[in-house]
Amino acid sequence: MEINWLQKIGNFGLTLSIVLVYGLLMGAFIERIIAKVQGRIGIPYSQPFINILKNFFKRTAVSHGVMFELGPVFRIAGGVGTLAFIPVIFGSETFSNFSFAGDLMLVIYFMFFGQLGMALGAGESGHPYAAIGIARGLSQMTSYEVPFALAVVAIVIQYDTLSINEIIAAQQGGYQNWTLFTNPIAVAAAMLAFLGMTGYSPFDIFLAPQEIPIGPPTEFHSAYLSLLQANRALFGATKLVLFMNLFFGGATGWVELMIKTWVIYMVAIAVGVAFPRFRVDQSIRFFFRIPTLIGIASIVYVQMVLVR
Amino acid sequence: MIKSLSTETTLENAGLSAEEQDLFSNARPQAYEPYPIKAVEDFANWCRANSLWLLAFGTGCGAIELRPLMTARFDANRIGVAGRPTPRQSSVFIIGGYSSVKTLKRIVRSYEQMQGPKFVISLGICPINGGMYWDSYNTIKRLDQYIPVDLYITGCMPRPEVLVGGLLELKKMIKEGRCDGANRYVENFDWYKANQKKVIKNWNMPDYNW
Repeated sequence: MEINWLQKIGNFGLTLSIVLVYGLLMGAFIERIIAKVQGRIGIPYSQPFINILKNFFKRTAVSHGVMFELGPVFRIAGGVGTLAFIPVIFGSETFSNFSFAGDLMLVIYFMFFGQLGMALGAGESGHPYAAIGIARGLSQMTSYEVPFALAVVAIVIQYDTLSINEIIAAQQGGYQNWTLFTNPIAVAAAMLAFLGMTGYSPFDIFLAPQEIPIGPPTEFHSAYLSLLQANRALFGATKLVLFMNLFFGGATGWVELMIKTWVIYMVAIAVGVAFPRFRVDQSIRFFFRIPTLIGIASIVYVQMVLVR
Repeated sequence: MIKSLSTETTLENAGLSAEEQDLFSNARPQAYEPYPIKAVEDFANWCRANSLWLLAFGTGCGAIELRPLMTARFDANRIGVAGRPTPRQSSVFIIGGYSSVKTLKRIVRSYEQMQGPKFVISLGICPINGGMYWDSYNTIKRLDQYIPVDLYITGCMPRPEVLVGGLLELKKMIKEGRCDGANRYVENFDWYKANQKKVIKNWNMPDYNW
């Protein structure tokens, strides 16, 4: 079969813009929900867009070196790369992106890639708080990746495939086929890791606006910052799409996608507004204890019960 | 073309020691013109006005009035105001009341780290004429001799309602393109620097670049 690459790239551009706008709008929506919890009205829905544009229109910018300039580029390459290999809408040729037989491995790699590039860029900014933020962020990332990786291994064994498309296909035909119900232990481990991934409290120590002025991006400003902000929305929405695909049966249309990803996000928000911030040693201990044990239990469960 | 009044192209950085000289650039600040197409500049100004990021740096007793802005009662997030902990990313600097000479050193340092266009609001009577510190030996009397100020809010102390009103007024001014403090600072750079060095005795920092 001949693949029309030009059309595929065009389709990916369409998916990218929809997911980016959706991510920004959802960011504003979530901010408003948090504001309601605190008894406020909150930001207008247009605020994330205006913030990005304002930073883009800044007249001056200070560079700290080549790596400093490449940091945000790596970060957004990580976000775009992650999205590029995730089929966003199941069964749709237009929104399946560049998914292939082993895309799950590549997607998990890409999720790391942006963070490491950002760490290099922020390291060159020379700000001590950026270095502290990176040290905290990378150690927390290492710890939450363990339960997440264990959960992914469990579902890979369960469905016997590394293709996200086949994992979604195996969950079709009613909610009882979702991983959430066929393998709840793996989903529990992954959702606990998800709390760390979103960066809301109690796991927001690496940003910590009140003590280390917002951590790694401390020195990033002007257009660098608008790239980082765009990526934050894009990468956040992409992670939600990945979780929905792996654990909640995927989506066959945009409305279904929006409802499911919103509900998944609300898990992190509900925990975030209720709990104060962990110290970094506390959060690492947390991830290496209960979620990791649940992750190991999910593999045992898959091996002993589901695969036999 | 907006140009600096001085003819020199580099800064002396006389306050730095010999080994520190290499760590800082000695280039003079540059003034920036608006975008050539008026519609683009108007749109950029609209964006700047609707996304005001305050530098979270309390410089006097007025800093206590900044806290209620973010709470449920005043909720400045509604009008696009948000706090930002680092000067690199913020666009509005609120001088909250009196400023001692020691604080002025930090104010200058933070102001120069902010990226243009940047706006300064002076809160309270003290940065206008010294207020109750009119004869103090270690408090500056007029802030606009040291950094350009876009908007004054007077009172002792102004309540948060007045501050919200001032922010709304600042938004209006930005939309009309009347806030060019960053350019004024560049044009009169030598005058501002001389004034700053007159009061800050232990000038052990670079002249502009951070």
